[in-house]
Amino acid sequence: MADPDLATIWVYLSTTPLIGLTVTLIAYSLGHRLYVYANRNPLLNPVVTAIAALILFLQLTGVSYATYFEGAQFVHFLLGPATVALAVPLYQQCAKVRRRLLPLTITLVVGAIVGAGSSAGIAWLLGASIETQLSLAPKSVTTPVAMGISEQIGGLPSLTAVLVVATGILGAVMGTALFRLLRIKDDAVKGVALGIAAHGMGTARAFQLNREMGAFAGLAMALSALTAAILLPWLLKLLGML
Amino acid sequence: MSFLDGMTWLLIYQLVGEIGVQMLGWPVPGPVLGMILLFLTLLVRKGVSASVDTASHALLSHLSLLFVPAGVGMMVYFERLKQEWFPIVSALVLGTLITMAAAALVMQAGTRLFSAKAARDG
Repeated sequence: MADPDLATIWVYLSTTPLIGLTVTLIAYSLGHRLYVYANRNPLLNPVVTAIAALILFLQLTGVSYATYFEGAQFVHFLLGPATVALAVPLYQQCAKVRRRLLPLTITLVVGAIVGAGSSAGIAWLLGASIETQLSLAPKSVTTPVAMGISEQIGGLPSLTAVLVVATGILGAVMGTALFRLLRIKDDAVKGVALGIAAHGMGTARAFQLNREMGAFAGLAMALSALTAAILLPWLLKLLGML
Repeated sequence: MSFLDGMTWLLIYQLVGEIGVQMLGWPVPGPVLGMILLFLTLLVRKGVSASVDTASHALLSHLSLLFVPAGVGMMVYFERLKQEWFPIVSALVLGTLITMAAAALVMQAGTRLFSAKAARDG
């Protein structure tokens, strides 16, 4: 094989899954370094910087999303087992729940309905299309479950993924100020609200503030994912029948 | 081996979840049923095995990486985002504030109500 030029190598590589997978890991790893370097500023969330960098890369090289996803799907696939894995922290925090089971259950149901209703409702009032409304409905739920719900109810799963990430960042940034405004002092209450409204990123924020808040946020995130996954599709089915 | 065993168990629960959802016709994502089944198993076993603990810790500590490929998919929706940016941004900001406020207020009221009742009864 007489020395092939770089363009030929690129044409070959750009069609293999290797590129998509490798650039995903590189972008995330660089994004994470930047985030740690910036003192974990929530605005520099590594998911956001990695997504922005990858979109720029794909636009510049002219690689389509479908080609990119052939490689990136190996990372994406792990969302399924990761959802199953949420059972472990849920079980480990079981004892803490027992004491507050009743208020927590009520809050989870209210949170699932208000979370989906408020976002889809506002989008509807302001004239968004039905796919956008449905993609917004599960935005407070952790991504793997939100994408599953979105697919079930007829939204666009990858649009939902973007909206979920944006929601998490907004919740993590606005949480502390909102609690001050509402004069909420109980850490367990703050944690539950962060977990329900802003899933994993709210949980990460709660852990920064203190451990008890973090434990309740993680718990609320897992339980609200469960509540929303069970309630929303049935709720919409019911609404559709009326 | 421990990580591999744990991963295998997680995949088995996901698979059973997917099959269960299909057979029952439930409008619930398969992995969520898998999570419920694993949670029930842990309750019955009264503990988490080292392999499942290792695998779940590994996956959950890199959870945010797993969102990236789907997030890049927004490039497919640039047109939609450009056309509908106002309802989308409003729904994101207001919806998140309303949801967080509602959850915090209900949880606070509930905790006060039930702890007052428990104090009275106890």
